[in-house]
Amino acid sequence: MDYQKILADYVEMPGGLIEAFHAIQAELSYLPEEAIIQAAQVFGIPAAQAYGVATFYSMFSVKPRGKFVIRICESAPCHIAGAAKVVAALEKELGINMGGSTPDGLFTLEFTECVGQCQAAPVITINGKPYTDVSPEKISGILEPYRKNI
Amino acid sequence: MAEEMRLVLRNLGKIDPLKIDDYLAAGGFNSLKKALGMNKSDLIQEIKDSKLRGRGGAGFNCGSKWNFAAQAQADQKYVICNADEGEPGTYKDRLILENDPHALLEGMAICAHAIGASQGFIYCRGEYPAAAEILKEAIAQAKDKGVLGDFDVEVRLGAGAYVCGEETALIESIEGKPGEPRIKPPFPPVSGLWGKPTIVNNVETFVNIPLILEKGAAWYAAIGSPSYPGTKVLTLSGDVVHKTFFEVPTTTTVREVIYGLGGGLTAGKQLKAVQIGGTSGAFIPADQLDTAIGFDELSAIGAVLGSGAVFVLNESRDLADVTARIAKFFAHESCGKCTPCREGTARMSDILDKINNGQGKAADLALLSRLGRVMSCSSFCGLGQAAPSPLMSALKHFPADYEARLN
Ligand SMILES: Cc1cc2nc3c(=O)[nH]c(=O)nc-3n(C[C@H](O)[C@H](O)[C@H](O)COP(=O)(O)O)c2cc1C
Ligand code: FES
Repeated sequence: MDYQKILADYVEMPGGLIEAFHAIQAELSYLPEEAIIQAAQVFGIPAAQAYGVATFYSMFSVKPRGKFVIRICESAPCHIAGAAKVVAALEKELGINMGGSTPDGLFTLEFTECVGQCQAAPVITINGKPYTDVSPEKISGILEPYRKNI
Repeated sequence: MAEEMRLVLRNLGKIDPLKIDDYLAAGGFNSLKKALGMNKSDLIQEIKDSKLRGRGGAGFNCGSKWNFAAQAQADQKYVICNADEGEPGTYKDRLILENDPHALLEGMAICAHAIGASQGFIYCRGEYPAAAEILKEAIAQAKDKGVLGDFDVEVRLGAGAYVCGEETALIESIEGKPGEPRIKPPFPPVSGLWGKPTIVNNVETFVNIPLILEKGAAWYAAIGSPSYPGTKVLTLSGDVVHKTFFEVPTTTTVREVIYGLGGGLTAGKQLKAVQIGGTSGAFIPADQLDTAIGFDELSAIGAVLGSGAVFVLNESRDLADVTARIAKFFAHESCGKCTPCREGTARMSDILDKINNGQGKAADLALLSRLGRVMSCSSFCGLGQAAPSPLMSALKHFPADYEARLN
């Protein structure tokens, strides 16, 4: 992956490191160490500082993740609407635990806090796209198009 | 019965947010034209006279804030829209961004003129990628039409950190750093983004601005509660029939919101508590439902208006469970900069888990109260200061939920 090509779009942007990280993650689902080191060089900051940014924000990951990152909201409105059941159903369906990724590299399961769709809790997002009023029964249907789209 | 009054949401469902011509046809950008023809101090006076107070939670007088930035001397000033909306249970800024992006741009441009800024930023939370795309398209259209004059706006995406809603943490984040809050003073209107005078206002605050200029400060000041005039967009969640948004004058009572507009509780259940203002708000018991959804009215009962989230819990809900979940939220979202918040939120969460596991003692409840007091008075920013408030209010109004679990 040519990180320099992505980074070049943001180097003139003051404070553009976070935007650059978003752009890298859009390609790779996570921020590889090499990408963080190169970003630090391009933005003229110590690598430790760039790493500090990469690890401060919950949407960035320094560990490899699946192509599709499924995030389950566990904030109070989703919690009382049964988020725990959705977690259990997703873990079962994918055969992994929260925080894990499927061996085929397709899915990762993560928690998130409120994603602003509380009118229809519980809520999950897949690569940022929200799915509302989720129930265990709906899980396989929601995953279907992602499974095909390898 | 309470009725909605759509001022902030005036264009919702009426215009296509991706068509600037729709916004223009609805009278859009006329207020900006008017503002550009006004002298800056008259413009700020008009906003002050409207008594508009910030919709982001702190309720600061908007015109007074602008005045600080207007008076500051600097070669560059900035206008920032806080679209971080991280407070669980809240989705009102998303509705505005997705349905009326040009009203936000117009409000920001008016502010830019008032304080003498030429660059703006919209800090949109990373969880709202669709809204960010709409904003970018709206900005492109506004530039094409030349309606914003020499005011330039950029969208910056957050990356999942609740603390970045705090204005100085937000500024750090735009600067490309971890979102840790800065010491105040200096306040952003004096020294903000890259050390320059900066106005940070909430989405809903900015969207009120064009309307105030169109209809006049006196008109606005006469709506709702005199000390916090105008309307508030509320977002309902939890055990209420109509889990949706309502915009009401700030004199509307909590009861009218839940039982009138909200249609009461689901499954014919009774209300146990309602948490207003988001996850950092206090729980309000059923006997205080006649309080108005106004900033000072809610403060007077030890609650907050906050973001305007209305989270309804029925009689079957256990506050010990709900506040344990909330405590985890704060433990997760504490940025770690200051000790009372970093350690306090973690301990609060641990103790609540212990109580919920049936291993708590009466002394743990006393410890929680003491910890809450220490955190609220010694934390560095509003996150740690407000974090104990849901638990403190629940312990006060619903002690039985906790006592039942003690060992
Ligand atoms: C932890 C924390 C989170 C906050 N989150 C938000 C937010 O998501 N949106 C917002 O507008 N204000 C938020 N605020 C308040 C801002 O610091 C600031 O007061 C506000 O953006 C000012 O705008 P206003 O005067 O228009 O309300 C938060 C404050 C704290 C302490
Ligand atoms: S609480 Fe889950 S989307 Fe808001």
